[in-house]
Amino acid sequence: MTIPQQTTAEGAEPLLKVSGLVKHFPITKGVLRRQVGAVKAVDGLDFEVMPGETLGVVGESGCGKSTMGRLITRLLEPTGGKIEFEGRDITHLGTSAMRPRRRDVQMIFQDPYSSLNPRHTVGTIVSAPFRLQKVETEHGTKKAVQDLLELVGLSPEHYNRYPHEFSGGQRQRIGIARALALKPKLVVADEPVSALDVSIQAQVVNLLDDLQSELGLTYVIIAHDLSVIRHVSDRIAVMYLGKIVEIADRESLYGKPMHPYTTALMSAVPVPDPKRRTQRKRILLTGDVPSPISPPSGCRFHTRCWKATEVCRTVEPPLIALTPAAGHRVACHHPENAPDQAPGETSATAATGGKSVESA
Amino acid sequence: MSKLTKTSAAADMEPTEERPTDAPSEFLSVRDLKVHFPTDDGVVKSVDGLSFTLEKGKTLGIVGESGSGKSVTSLSILGLHRVGSNRSRNARISGEVWLDGEELISADAARVRDLRGQKMAMIFQDPLTAMHPFFSVGQQIIEAYRVHHPSASKKEARKRTIEMLDRVGIPQPDRRVDDYPHQFSGGMRQRAMIAMALVNDPSLLIADEPTTALDVTVQAQILDLIRDLQKEFGSAVIIITHDLGVVAELADDILVMYGGRCIERGPSETIFEQPQHPYTWGLLGSMPRLDRERTDRLNPVKGSPPSLINLPSGCAFHPRCPYTDLTEGASQTVVPELREVGSRHLAACHLGKADRERIWTEEIAPKL
Ligand SMILES: Nc1ncnc2c1ncn2[C@@H]1O[C@H](COP(=O)(O)OP(=O)(O)OP(=O)(O)O)[C@@H](O)[C@H]1O
Ligand SMILES: Nc1ncnc2c1ncn2[C@@H]1O[C@H](COP(=O)(O)OP(=O)(O)O)[C@@H](O)[C@H]1O
Ligand code: SF4
Ligand code: SF4
Ligand SMILES: [Mg+2]
Ligand SMILES: [Mg+2]
Repeated sequence: MTIPQQTTAEGAEPLLKVSGLVKHFPITKGVLRRQVGAVKAVDGLDFEVMPGETLGVVGESGCGKSTMGRLITRLLEPTGGKIEFEGRDITHLGTSAMRPRRRDVQMIFQDPYSSLNPRHTVGTIVSAPFRLQKVETEHGTKKAVQDLLELVGLSPEHYNRYPHEFSGGQRQRIGIARALALKPKLVVADEPVSALDVSIQAQVVNLLDDLQSELGLTYVIIAHDLSVIRHVSDRIAVMYLGKIVEIADRESLYGKPMHPYTTALMSAVPVPDPKRRTQRKRILLTGDVPSPISPPSGCRFHTRCWKATEVCRTVEPPLIALTPAAGHRVACHHPENAPDQAPGETSATAATGGKSVESA
Repeated sequence: MSKLTKTSAAADMEPTEERPTDAPSEFLSVRDLKVHFPTDDGVVKSVDGLSFTLEKGKTLGIVGESGSGKSVTSLSILGLHRVGSNRSRNARISGEVWLDGEELISADAARVRDLRGQKMAMIFQDPLTAMHPFFSVGQQIIEAYRVHHPSASKKEARKRTIEMLDRVGIPQPDRRVDDYPHQFSGGMRQRAMIAMALVNDPSLLIADEPTTALDVTVQAQILDLIRDLQKEFGSAVIIITHDLGVVAELADDILVMYGGRCIERGPSETIFEQPQHPYTWGLLGSMPRLDRERTDRLNPVKGSPPSLINLPSGCAFHPRCPYTDLTEGASQTVVPELREVGSRHLAACHLGKADRERIWTEEIAPKL
């Protein structure tokens, strides 16, 4: 007997479905390598990615974005939770069982300088996926690679050149060509443009955009730049200390952010308008991100949140929908732009963590 | 060489603090600065005829792509090309850098070293390059203070250091002062470096990509800090960055560099509202902005930055410029001079005024 596959409200099935995803890196001590603790890099993530869409992931350094990316591309073994790709559980597939799946999920890395082997030619680098996957191409590997180079805006003549002969933007294009070699369905890009100059960054952003419409790609794009994330994403997940604190479609997240952390991040983005620098309101977060080894109790943001109350310290807020806005979920007891979830509490006990100021 | 003899002769006759007669009235004045590095592949013209001025209490933003000569400019103002590797000591420098009536390019190395850390200081992109891993943060700031205050006791210097750490927002400064740099987070290291740069109240502060490696939240704190400290001490600040958002937050004036030269300069508001150079248009078009409606597509400059060994002929930007057709060949053959295009506003482009205004208002501005 077969049970019909369950579908989401919109009728489409997610390409990727992640539930309760956890990655703890053990901290060991002494010669016996006794485990004394763990870095809770990713600590319970639930999200879906629909075919053809771009999910953007933002958050401060160390909040677990790259770890999440390496988990869903199965470059890292999860500690817990479940990853489903096209309805199949791939959480613990071994190398051989994973091989055919590898073709479908590819990764683009942040650093165009260190992610390419300096001793290999562009041809060798871009054709590596064909060799690893033992894929035959119709007109030979060289032709396939040259087509890929053209696709990403490089010249076929670049085939025999070495990475050091290319600029940062061109190297990132080589990395993109390699990721696209096997016609993946899902591309996870970890800070694909943050090492690049603004004009080159914009070229690569446009390229990713063109490739998505041309090849019907689905993207998970990790970045810490909120302006870039708004430009490239259909939906956005905001991460803080290993958890998603807010997830929503672009208009909803940027128009009506609900999590205090999201509003703080947005208010910190420099505005390229000298006239407005004197008028805008900025929420200054003081203090550093706490250690992921022993994250704060309750809401992990409470040590820096200016709205925190007693309940924030003790009860972890669930990531739930608080308004009819489709798919907008937030984990907060006292959200912005949504009904207060613990109205009895006043912020008299608020942490001194954040303060709201008028910029001078 | 003639400059050298002139200043030393003047010093012989008049050991007073009087300004040389050809000294500019501005606090900082850079005139026709050139920094060329001979290499095996040819001469790298990192800075090629740069001029600007800056008054106390004002901030100049220098923007441009990587390799456009921003860092070399700041290092040569501070005389740091003289202390670098052998490779950079080969640098051929010409032009003038006047700081408060004193010319620095021809000044002797000891004098420049003396001014550095005292009258002028620098914040680097990577705090680890400015801080030594084996000494505590406190020791390093104390040392920076005592070099220029030899009469200060250890105790006084330590007190001053703790004050500075507190001033830049390091929590529990009296305890953290003895931490080593690796015990600080990235943002705290950056703040400690700012404390070190400011411990002697420099009147010129150069910040080279001070927030590029930082999260937006920390970046906002550091930018506020630089702004507040400048208000308090009235220093002149040069902020170097490739992020137009950052300069818009801080700078009074903006200088746009391309291929070792200034291609546009003016008051910040003018540069954002009435930019006159096609490269500046490209920078603005490349940038997704949170303060505007989302555009469907970015409008970047095409191609990549030029080689500084073989700059393109004529206007160095011409291989990437969409408007060369409008200049009757001048773009490819004649180096455009910086010309006045508005009040305190200079641009180096052969386009006529009418063309520039039409392109900006009809083609560029509506797409931003
Ligand atoms: N192999 C590892 N062993 C131990 N800890 C790790 C390992 N990899 C990552 N971590 C830790 O896990 C946390 C999350 O790291 P991750 O690289 O995912 O952050 P990120 O959000 O990508 O940050 P950034 O924006 O700086 O790239 C950090 O505290 C990091 O130090
Ligand atoms: N010591 C040196 N020898 C040769 N070339 C150098 C040296 N230092 C810098 N350059 C070159 O000068 C140019 C400008 O560099 P820089 O000022 O660092 O650029 P940026 O604008 O990114 O700060 C680059 O092409 C760089 O490679
Ligand atoms: S209000 Fe409470 S629950 Fe909401 S983010 Fe702040 S600390 Fe967390
Ligand atoms: S001088 Fe010519 S090439 Fe240079 S910016 Fe102006 S139009 Fe473009
Ligand atoms: Mg990362
Ligand atoms: Mg630089």
